[in-house]
Amino acid sequence: MADTMQVELVSPERLLASVEAEKVMLPGADGDFTAMPGHVPVVTSLSPGAIRIVNGSEETEYLIAGGFAEVSGAGISVLAEFASLRSEATAEMFASSLEAAEKSLDGLEKDALAEATRRFSNLKMMVETLD
Amino acid sequence: MPSLKDLKVRINSVKSTRKITKAMQMVAAAKLRRAQEAAEASRPYAARMTTVLSNIATGNRDNPEAPELLRGTGSDQRHLLVVCTAERGLCGGFNSSIVRRSRLDIDRLVAEGKDVKIMCVGRKGREQLRRDYGHLFIDSITFEGLKRMSYAQAEEVAEPVLGAFADGEYDVITLYYSEFQSVIAQEPQALQIIPATIDAVEEGGSNSTYEYEPDENALLADLLPKNITVQIYRALLENAASEQGARMSAMDNATRNAGEMVDKLTLQYNRSRQAAITSELIEIISGAEALNG
Repeated sequence: MADTMQVELVSPERLLASVEAEKVMLPGADGDFTAMPGHVPVVTSLSPGAIRIVNGSEETEYLIAGGFAEVSGAGISVLAEFASLRSEATAEMFASSLEAAEKSLDGLEKDALAEATRRFSNLKMMVETLD
Repeated sequence: MPSLKDLKVRINSVKSTRKITKAMQMVAAAKLRRAQEAAEASRPYAARMTTVLSNIATGNRDNPEAPELLRGTGSDQRHLLVVCTAERGLCGGFNSSIVRRSRLDIDRLVAEGKDVKIMCVGRKGREQLRRDYGHLFIDSITFEGLKRMSYAQAEEVAEPVLGAFADGEYDVITLYYSEFQSVIAQEPQALQIIPATIDAVEEGGSNSTYEYEPDENALLADLLPKNITVQIYRALLENAASEQGARMSAMDNATRNAGEMVDKLTLQYNRSRQAAITSELIEIISGAEALNG
């Protein structure tokens, strides 16, 4: 088993990171999880939250406003709708995502509403920690 | 025969036109580079999105529970054509070629008795289509004064499209834009975005081993709208690059034509100046001859 794997973080506008890492912590839709080399291939959607890419003593943290991840033998691809380095993130950057999430609550019912509400509150919590 | 003064005025006006077209060409060249970079940067996301989607979609195409975005509604009666053009002219045949491409399809679909509606993105397309097909318009979006296409614009376009599809207003949605091939070649394209045209991956590949969280249908329902937005985003970026490419070559031609015009007019100016001098001389000489004689 390899010690590191290839991790790529892409947003529609650009490729944010393409690095080797020992483990990656991801905010999965069904709960946070950590992926290490040799993880079972999985495709999962992601909640708004933080992604931590750890390689040795180095740790980089990104914030995403939702998206999905593909974990395969070859590595991990994270496709985020909007992403930023934690150190550079501001509440302002996520304002439009937050607004869109709030708007998407309208007209939903039951499960879908619960899901959307959860996403919205996650995002809101994340934004409130900034600034 | 224009007078010398008229010629001089014309030469100066063509010269200043040449300066303008030259400047526009250089601005377009700089913008083209930026547009190409943006298109380049969006590729990794789109490529991965396609891979993941085709993995999931392969097994689900015939699944009756799969979202309609993938399967289609089972009918092809109601069409929505999303025509993406530029905000500004002076870019050769760029806008017209997209409009011409969409006109062909509109006429064909109408002749087949389908219900056709049009949504215009960009001012130029709306202006050109309004006269003949104004009654088919449902909406038009313009990004006037916008410096750089971003994902937010794609979302702005995708939102009403997806909303209308979710409300069951359309069966097939097609996107019209221009694919950037090179500075001199931009190909108008028609891309069907709903139902999704996703290339199937071969059976027995590594795809069958994936686990899905939440289940496949929930993921598909989440991913397909995103994929539509990404495709629209890509179309907008291709369009932006094509527009600048087309403008660059159109302005290059214009600059060259203006140069030729200046040369031609200058020659004409010099000839008539010489002719004027010659005839004046002849008059003086023949006047002197007459006195002497």
